[in-house]
This record gives sequence, C-alpha cells and structure tokens, in this order.
Amino acid sequence: MPTSVPMSWYLILSAILFGLGVAGFIYRRNIITVFMSIELMLNAVNLTFITFSYTLKQVDGHIFSFFVMVVAAAEAAVGLAIILTVFKNRDTLMIDDVSSMKY
Amino acid sequence: MYLWLIPILPFLGFLINGLFGRRMPKSMINVFAIGSVTLSFLWAVKTLVGLSPLETKYIEHYFTWIQSGTLNISIDFAVDRLTAVMLMVVTGVGLLIHIYSIGYMAHEDGYYRFFAYLNLFMFFMLVLVLAQNFLVLFVGWEGVGLCSYLLIGYYFLEQFATNAGNKAFIVNRIGDFGFSLAIFLIVRQFGSVDFTKVFDAAKPMPTEASAGILTTICLLLLVGAAGKSAQLPLYVWLPDAMAGPTPVSALIHAATMVTAGVYMTARSAALFTHAPIAMDTVAVIGLATAIFAAIIGVSQNDIKKVFAYSTVSQLGYMFLGAGVGAFSAGIFHLMTHAFFKALLFLGAGSVIHALSGEQDLRQMGGLRKYTPITFFTLMCAGIAIAGIPPFAGFFSKDEILAAAFERAPWMYWLGVFTAGLTAFYVFRALFLAFFGEYRGHHHPHESPASMTLPLVVLALLSAGGGFINVPRWLEPLFPVKTEAGNEWLMYVSVAAGVIGIAVAYVCYIARPGIADSFTASLSGLATLFDRIYNAFIVVPVVTISRVFLWRGVDAGLIDGIVNGAGSRSRGVGNILKLLQSGNIRSYAAWVVLGSVLLLLAIGFGGATR
Repeated sequence: MPTSVPMSWYLILSAILFGLGVAGFIYRRNIITVFMSIELMLNAVNLTFITFSYTLKQVDGHIFSFFVMVVAAAEAAVGLAIILTVFKNRDTLMIDDVSSMKY
Repeated sequence: MYLWLIPILPFLGFLINGLFGRRMPKSMINVFAIGSVTLSFLWAVKTLVGLSPLETKYIEHYFTWIQSGTLNISIDFAVDRLTAVMLMVVTGVGLLIHIYSIGYMAHEDGYYRFFAYLNLFMFFMLVLVLAQNFLVLFVGWEGVGLCSYLLIGYYFLEQFATNAGNKAFIVNRIGDFGFSLAIFLIVRQFGSVDFTKVFDAAKPMPTEASAGILTTICLLLLVGAAGKSAQLPLYVWLPDAMAGPTPVSALIHAATMVTAGVYMTARSAALFTHAPIAMDTVAVIGLATAIFAAIIGVSQNDIKKVFAYSTVSQLGYMFLGAGVGAFSAGIFHLMTHAFFKALLFLGAGSVIHALSGEQDLRQMGGLRKYTPITFFTLMCAGIAIAGIPPFAGFFSKDEILAAAFERAPWMYWLGVFTAGLTAFYVFRALFLAFFGEYRGHHHPHESPASMTLPLVVLALLSAGGGFINVPRWLEPLFPVKTEAGNEWLMYVSVAAGVIGIAVAYVCYIARPGIADSFTASLSGLATLFDRIYNAFIVVPVVTISRVFLWRGVDAGLIDGIVNGAGSRSRGVGNILKLLQSGNIRSYAAWVVLGSVLLLLAIGFGGATR
C-alpha cells in the first residue's frame, strides 16, 4: 500500500478519540454526555480493531468490531431507558445528584 | 431354633408401644408389652427344652457384621448352660416384673413410655446374654445402660431423678472405658472377639504368675464389670438409681442388668483362670464391696435404699465367688438373688404403693395387718437373703462361702460377718415396716392382684429356688472342686444369719430405739465415696472447666479469635467503604486509574508468555 495512509495515523486518531471519550466520561456531569463519551470510546476501540484487521489481513478484527457494535446497541437501549427513568423520577440529568447508592 | 426371636419379640413390643403407645389405651399397651415378653419367655423355654441336655454349645450364625483384614466379627447368638440360666432369669423374672408393673404404674403419666423402655431393656439384656462374641455382648451391655439411664430418669420432672440418671450413665462410662480397652487388647492378642476362638486360644496359654497380657485383659474386664455391677469403687450410682420407679429397681438394678458384670466375668472364666492376680483382685473387691455396702445398709432409712445397698453387697458376694474360682456358685447366687431381691424390691414397691409413695421406714410400722400378702412374701425374701435353710439364699451363699474358705479362711470369716450384717439390716427394714404400731398418716391398703401375684410366685422361687442345682448344671463349664466336707462352715454361716435376725428383733421389736444412735452414726459412710469423688474429681474438673476451659480457652481464645476476625473485618470495611461514594464520576476515575495501572503492569512487568 504505497499511497495509503500509514497505520500509525489511524492508531493516533483512535487514541485521541479514546482520550476524548475518557475525559468526557470523567469530567462531564450530564448523563447524556457521559453516555455519548462511552460510545466514543467504544468506537475508538473499533477503529483500532479495523486498522489492525486491515493491515494484518485478518478477519478477526472485523468480527470483534461487529460484536462491539452489537454490545453498544444493546447498551444504548438499556442505558437510555435508565436515563429516561432517572429523569422521570428525579427531574435531573446531573450525574452528581444521583448518588443514593452511597454507603 | 430361631434364637433371634427371643430378643426380637420384646423389641417389637418396644417399637409398637414406643411409636403408637401414646394414642393406645392402657389395655392395649399391656397386651403388647406383656405379650411380647411372655412369648419371648415361652420361646426361650421351648428352645431350651428342644436343646436339652445342652452338653455342648449351640451356636447360630446370622451374618458378618465387620470384616476388616483378618478380623471377622459376626452377629452370632449362642446358648450354653450358662446362657440358659441367664435366659430363664431374665425372661422369667422380667415377665413377673412386667406383670407387676401393670398395677404399680397404673396411675403414672407416660405409661406407654415406661413399658416401651422396659421392653427395650429386655431386648438388650437378651442380646447381652445370647451374644457369642465380646462385641455383641458389648452392644447389649451399652443398650441396657441406656435403658437404665432412661428409666432412672423416668420422673424427669424431678431434678434428683435426672441427676441420678446422669450419674449412673457417667459412672458406667468409666467402667465401659475399661471394658472397651479389654476388648481392644483381646483383638490385638487373639485376633478375634469370638468367645469360642478366644477361650480356645487362651486355654493352652500358661498361667501367669506375674502380670502379663491376660492379667491386664482381666483387670480391664473387671473395671467394666465393677462399673456395671456396682462394685467398689464404682458402686456410687446404684443407690441413687433408686430414683426410678420400683419395678425398674427390681428388674434392672437388682435382678438382671447389674448382674451382667458377674455374667461377663463367669463367661470369661477361661481368661480369668489363667490370671490369678486378677482373680484375687476380683475376690478382694467383691468382699470389700460386700462388707462396705452391708455396713451402709444398716444406716439407711429409705426402704429402697436399704435394698439398694443390699444389692451392692450381694453383688460383692457373687464377685467373691467368681474371684475364688467358684464361678458356678457366683451364677447360682446370681439366680437366687434375682428371685429374692426382685421380691424384696417388688414388696417394697407394694408397701410404697400401699402408703401412696411413702418410702421412709420411720413412717411405716405395723403394716402386716394391712398388707398381709406383701408381708408374708417379703418375709420369705428376708429369710432367703439371710441364708436360713431351706430357702434359696442359703444354698448359693453356702457354696460361695465354702469356696472362699478353701481359698483363704479370712475371706470366709469376713463373708460370714457380712452374712450376719445382711440378715440384720434386711430384718431391721422388715421389722420397722411390718411390726409395731403404724407411725404414718396414710391409709394403707393391700395392692391389686397384678402386683401380689408376682410377689407370690417370686416368694415360691425364693423359698424353693435353692433346690435347682445350678452348680451341677454348670459343671461342664465350670468344674466343681471336690467338696471338702467342712459341714461346720455351713452351721457357722447359718448361725450368723440367725444371730443377725435375733439382733434385729431385739433392736427393733423387743426394745425399739436402742440401736438408733448406732445406725445413725454409720450414715456418714453412705456419702463417703461421693464426698471423695466430689473433692478429688468433680470439684477439680468443674473448676478447671470453669476457670480454664470456659473463661480461658472458650471465652478468651476461641471467642477472641472469632470476635477478632469480625472486628478486624469491620475495621477494614470502614476504610474501604469510603470508596463507595455514590459519585459515578469517581467510580469512573477509579476504573480509568485501574486500567492505566494494569496497562503499566503489563507494559513494564512484561506479559510473560
């Protein structure tokens, strides 16, 4: 692949996306944003899988990324349902206000 | 011959009464309890008639119980002439006492429970006498101990009855400890527990002049026998065992169970005859017990206690007989004693029944007018135990004393002295109860026929039982030494009995009250061994248990470990719970931190693959 983009670029992009996801996950207080950050991390990992799969000419990475997508879809369904219920009961989406599971 | 039927029948009675007796009327309980023992008695009679003259041992093999290496223990029952005597005593006297119990227990709570236990006792006692090896004998041995415990504690609402039951059980544990050690040694020495094999192997062994393996085995057997048969120093449980109902005292604690030790000693005669030291120990312990218990018997005021000490004393006689080599005389005395002592106890029960539970001799008196049958039958028993011819006790006691004289004259003279004492205290009790004026405030009445009938039968046996020549019957098993023909021995022992009765007459009828201070001065002896055991065993054990085992080991060490583990866990938990802040972002931060650390660990630590 003489003209293609080097693999390291993909990996760097993926790391940046993952770092952004982690930062958003930790620093954001809105549950929806936190949720989106999780999706971002998952997709960053997917990107790594695909990169390696393409470079090494092996199908495993593809399969993994499909699995991750399935899990992400399921997680979205459950997660959004939880978020809706939390909002209904507490009138808030601020993550710090939802701390009744404290010791 | 279906020997197993003999013990199984009472066991069925136990099962039926024990499981369903609560809802059955008394008449049905009677049918099962007495019926099963009657059938057992009849079957025993039929078996013995069928097997007579029983020159050799008849053995029935049922199945192998334990098979381990070369050791093979099977469930076998066997009948020889010794077992035949025991079978007749156990089932015959047992049957009479069962019948008697109908009347005696009529007004008691737990009627079915009483008969269930009594039937269970019959089962174990018959297993004991039918056993063909030491282990099966031990099963019966422990079983009768259990029934003894259950029946002593029959009035379990009374503290003293449960205490007495515990005491009997615990003291018997000491004896059983010795017995089980003896069985282990027998297995080690002979590689078998079967009577025939062990005794055949023991026969060619030399007689041990000094202590050897057979002496050790016999001394340990003696420990077991002393526990079960209430010999010094383990006799202390038997007087307390009188807390049980009177038929129990008659059946278990006079006629049958307490004689198991004598039976076992006689059964092991082949071992004992090779261990003269053990024989002498048996004789001395028997003699000492006979005298000691007779002296205590003089001081007792409770009618059952008098007879209890008398039982201890007479058991001492049997051991004396066995110890001087006259095993057949010991068994003979066992049989006659079963007759007259069961009669004494049943008569005492009849008196107690007549006086609505009064047992104190000082509250009786003049009862011969109110309870004539009881009076006459008890006089028969008294004459029999005093050794006056031709009553049963004379013959057996004379055999033992004659054998003792051949062994050592001093044993004979001490035995004669005991015989005089025996006559004295038994007639003291009888005179106090039946002569003079009535001193209590109940309304005495004669007992019902179900109680007086066994009394009459036993009185006939006490009067005529001496003519059953047990020593001759047992001759194939225990060769009788040639009679020395010392007739004066017999006159002396009879004279001792007559003197004992005469002294009792003087002290309690002619001049009532002159011996009271003397007998009272002896009463301290009754608790002598209890006090010794309390001071040297019970108190130290309780103190060590309380101070060291309870406060030290249990409360200090074990609780300390458990509580310490608990409180440390709480402490750690108190710190770790701070992580559980409820703040999702902090959880997320921990997850990130953890992943980073994991990555670093893999990176630097090296994923070793």
